[in-house]
Amino acid sequence: MIEVVNLTKRYPGFTAVRDISFEVAKGEIVGFLGPNGAGKSTTMRILSGYLPPTSGTVRIAGFDVFEQSIQARSHIGYLPENTPMYHDMRVHEYLRYRAALKGVESSQIKERVGDVLEMCDLLEKERAIIGTLSKGQRQRVGLADAMVHDPDLLILDEPTIGLDPNQIRQVRELIKNLANRRTVLVSTHILPEVEIMCSRVIVIHKGRIRASDTADNLLKQHRSAGEVRLELDGQPENAKEILAAIKGVKDVSEKKLDSGALYQLRTDADSEPISAVLQAARDNHWQVQAIERKKPTLEDVFVDLTQGD
Amino acid sequence: MRTFITLLSREIKSFLHSPIAYVVLFFFLIASGFNFYSGLSFLNQSPSEVTVVEAAFNTVLFWFPFVLIFPLITMRTYADEFRMGTIETLATAPVSDWQIVFSKFFGALAFYILLWAPSFLYFIAFKQITGKEAALAAGAYGGSYLLLVLLGAFYVSLGCLASALTNEQINAAIMTFVAIFGFFVTGLLGFILSSPSQAVRDVIAYFSAVEHMADFSRGIIDSRPVIWYLSMTSLVLFINLQVFQYRKWRA
Repeated sequence: MIEVVNLTKRYPGFTAVRDISFEVAKGEIVGFLGPNGAGKSTTMRILSGYLPPTSGTVRIAGFDVFEQSIQARSHIGYLPENTPMYHDMRVHEYLRYRAALKGVESSQIKERVGDVLEMCDLLEKERAIIGTLSKGQRQRVGLADAMVHDPDLLILDEPTIGLDPNQIRQVRELIKNLANRRTVLVSTHILPEVEIMCSRVIVIHKGRIRASDTADNLLKQHRSAGEVRLELDGQPENAKEILAAIKGVKDVSEKKLDSGALYQLRTDADSEPISAVLQAARDNHWQVQAIERKKPTLEDVFVDLTQGD
Repeated sequence: MRTFITLLSREIKSFLHSPIAYVVLFFFLIASGFNFYSGLSFLNQSPSEVTVVEAAFNTVLFWFPFVLIFPLITMRTYADEFRMGTIETLATAPVSDWQIVFSKFFGALAFYILLWAPSFLYFIAFKQITGKEAALAAGAYGGSYLLLVLLGAFYVSLGCLASALTNEQINAAIMTFVAIFGFFVTGLLGFILSSPSQAVRDVIAYFSAVEHMADFSRGIIDSRPVIWYLSMTSLVLFINLQVFQYRKWRA
């Protein structure tokens, strides 16, 4: 659905996006992550046909976004950052205008607008003037606008910003429900969201793609994945060697504490060494103070990928 | 075409939604009504060879509000979209940039024509009350209103261009006023310069809205101003498109 090849966007004095390539297949929900200023919005603006790339090509549903812009755009529902909209219009009026603009048949506009109003929980606010809505409500009008022409691809730039936890959950459900029929590219800072919602994650930093994989794989590959911390009373002999011999343990570091010792075991991500470690402790009569298996969060992965150069 | 109609009706509605439109309409009606009244009293003072239509369209009172309305009509067309960011939703919908530029231009032009529409009632009223024609021939009405539309198209395009250059309506209004005033004053140079050469006079004649109106309100429809205004409007709209794309792409 999206094919990006060697995309670069340069502004006078700095390069926002450097030679990135990725693909998004039909039906995928892809999370687009990166710190502020990483190039997320720039990339999304290029995908949506708003900005022309400096070099490289972008195809949406087979259409080049620059050469065949109109056809490409008619496949996209785009929610820009900060959801700009006309504050002097009423919600239903705005959505009808947008539907007509995006080529929805006149006879179906009313029905489509009704559908998206319901989907985005806006039926009560149908007649409200957009300028009087709260930020969260406006965000939902923006989502409704993005979906009103039933596009194959949704590009959502920070759709959950300004929403309260309940509304975030609603939007998440909404996006998940779209999954089968539509492709979604969504940027957000709320990482737990991404884990729940997205089938794949693309991490971008300083204009480059740092990682593109499922959240599970990213977590497994993270350096702290499968780390086990073991704290023992006293300082038993040979503990380090015994622990290192356990199956699946890659290496062990030892740290003397005042009243005992701390061992950090690096293990294979998919091994389950806890019971073997406890068995070793019983066999050798160690007094276990604490044992903990560290689970990296997507936040750890994110911080790791996007710090430094 | 449907897309264009959708865009155009949104533009016209956005005029009708803004309070400033009604303020402009109100003061413009007062100004043009007073102008018509003073044109008639001028004719009442002494025998004169000019018709009512000529008297109404060739006074200082006519030109003064005339050049003032364009900044007010056009200042928000693009500036507001850039400031609010709605240009991004607009330009990512499946519409071409030309459609956007035309819809903004024709939307503003439509509002301008709406401003002038009531003025035709004056001439009808004049005929009803006095039983006399306000002009010697139908061409005088046609010429006057044709020139109003042509001049309006050119000045509206200048206003749209100014609005596309900035995020702030007030900047757009000032630029529009300066540009229109510049063209207008250039046209007046013929009265000011002591003895311009024929070549200079020919050039100035193209700029002279006042002289064009003097001709057209008499029913003399000269093709040169028609072509001049149409081609200038096209040129400005073309530059407008370039500016619009440049600003959008630089964002």
